[in-house]
Amino acid sequence: MTDLHMTPPDVSPNHGVGTADKMSFAGGSEMGAAGTAQVHKGAPELIGGPPPGAASLEARDACAWFGDHLVLEGVDLTMEAGEVTALIGPSGCGKSTFLRLLNRMHELVPGSAMAGDILLDGVDIYGADMRAQTIRTRIGMVFQKPNPFPAMSVRQNVLAGLKLTKIRCSDQDALVEQSLQRASLWREVRERLDSPGGALSGGQQQRLCIARSLAVAPNVLLMDEPCSALDPASTARIEETISELRNEVTVVIVTHNMQQALRVSDRCAFFLAAENEPGKLLEQGSTTKMFTSPDDPRTADYVEGKFG
Amino acid sequence: MTRLDLLIMAASAVSSVSLCWLVFAVLTDGVGWLLFWVVAYFVFLAIYFVASYDRVGWLSAVDRVVTVAVSTAMVIVLIPLVWLVSYIVIKGLPALRPSFFLHDQRGVTPTMPATAGGGLHAIVGTIEQVGLALLISLPLGAMTAFFLNESRSKLRRPVRIFVDAMSGMPSIVSGLFIYATLIIPLAKYNDLFSFNGFMASLALSMTMMPTICRAIEVVLRLVPNGLREAGLALGASRARVVLSVVLPTASTGVATAAILGIAREAGETAPLLFTAFGYNLMNANPFHGPQESLPLFIYRFVRTQSEADIQRGYAGALVLLMLILSLFIVARIIGRDRSATNKRRIRLRIPGRRSGDEQSVPRLIASTSRPRVATSTAGGEP
Repeated sequence: MTDLHMTPPDVSPNHGVGTADKMSFAGGSEMGAAGTAQVHKGAPELIGGPPPGAASLEARDACAWFGDHLVLEGVDLTMEAGEVTALIGPSGCGKSTFLRLLNRMHELVPGSAMAGDILLDGVDIYGADMRAQTIRTRIGMVFQKPNPFPAMSVRQNVLAGLKLTKIRCSDQDALVEQSLQRASLWREVRERLDSPGGALSGGQQQRLCIARSLAVAPNVLLMDEPCSALDPASTARIEETISELRNEVTVVIVTHNMQQALRVSDRCAFFLAAENEPGKLLEQGSTTKMFTSPDDPRTADYVEGKFG
Repeated sequence: MTRLDLLIMAASAVSSVSLCWLVFAVLTDGVGWLLFWVVAYFVFLAIYFVASYDRVGWLSAVDRVVTVAVSTAMVIVLIPLVWLVSYIVIKGLPALRPSFFLHDQRGVTPTMPATAGGGLHAIVGTIEQVGLALLISLPLGAMTAFFLNESRSKLRRPVRIFVDAMSGMPSIVSGLFIYATLIIPLAKYNDLFSFNGFMASLALSMTMMPTICRAIEVVLRLVPNGLREAGLALGASRARVVLSVVLPTASTGVATAAILGIAREAGETAPLLFTAFGYNLMNANPFHGPQESLPLFIYRFVRTQSEADIQRGYAGALVLLMLILSLFIVARIIGRDRSATNKRRIRLRIPGRRSGDEQSVPRLIASTSRPRVATSTAGGEP
């Protein structure tokens, strides 16, 4: 920690449109634990972004194909607003495919198809007058492999969502700081916001990706095994971040780590695919119930680590 | 390589030459010098293998013999290149004076010394023609590359085949095409379509476009798909992802592709014969009148009878070589990023043959002569 860049504590995140040299000073008042809580209140205003608050997601009889191959069949699942839902199950059971159905990333795969409804706050995201781009701004995504844009600095990475979608923000410096705070990365990178995003460590890169997704204030955040490429310490920080996001954003997380599902999620959905058959949603319920007294014996076997 | 290894290699070489000399010069009538050295080389490989086998075992000996064979192949490949470059330098340097870059051939006759006059008009012509060709083919080539790599159109396959076919097109055909379709029918109506630098750049861009397109496409393919997905997942359109994510990530590669395209086209002669036509004096306007370029300058002077003119041609060749060399250097500097330098540093360390920590590996082989150690060094070579 260096005191060189400290400014008087009256600098709030809501100061005017930031200039380049103001940027490194923006964090001055946010030192210490108290600052973290403070910054959430003074969230900078986004123009043209998604409506505020968490949103619920509901899948009704969702099916997915790759070519002629049915990979996911008849999934009915409700992900309540502001809750953390974990999708668990062995490899190849369609969890990731289901996740990608939720923000229309599935349709980017050539030859893919889907059926059923995905409702975001009751509105079908596959409706005829829905633009996939609008949906993806409202439903952000974090991938398995950290993928910050290598040609951009840390700061530009956080603001990439704004640049790419023409969302405007009155105070970009405050937004950068707030997003990095929420991804618990601010303290580590505030001195090097202008260094390239690829220069960070793997865990920091993944948190940068989370900050990038959060910067456009999505209603839902999808996470596709966000910790599978990370060390335990980085995993712990990301789990912490997920817990802090609860109530602000609906989180849907795919994980192979049962302990992680137990630690972070409110609800669990267990997917399973028999050999040469499409994946199905076998059981869903509150995480406590799924891990202590599941209805299906296969769920019990899986969460206890007997297969998978 | 320890000193002992070097000694064994030298001894093998000496004994193979002596053996061949004994067989060819003393016992028989002798053979030509080329055959003598070829036979001596293979005898050397055999002796070196036997000597190494005796000391470090089979695998390690094979490793060493193959290393020697590959190094020899490299030297053989380098010989013509070094020969060519040094020949041009030796022939061209005496006629090259700073004035070469300042004057055209005004008032110069074949009987005047080679240092009289200069090639400024040719340099200016080359720069203008290649620059115009780049202006035409970089946007077209880049857009085609983006079409091939970023779109999902069904036309991609035919377009790719087309680009491949175009990159194999003989360059004289492109010159002929411009001559036949533009210059012959249209020159009588408009000066723009008579012999001039612009026609030359059109012909050049026909061969330049596929080169640039393929080079950029290779670079785009190196951009990880995860970045495109990340951009799309943020709510960007495909076009926006290409512009704001893919292009900046690939920008150094695109710049390198452009420079390599320039370097290739700067040396093209055939398309210029029917288009720029060549001119002995300065013509800085590429849109009007015949224009000189370095390849045409060389072509014209080297064919003449005058010794001084031939020397002028070699001076032009030397300048062209320097121009292309400097373009390659610029391309290397642009194309080098942090990861590339890291890779090189690692590669220098692994072989353990040249640098400081070289001692450890060969000694290990020598002391144990175990096949496993030997294979690991052989496999460590990238």
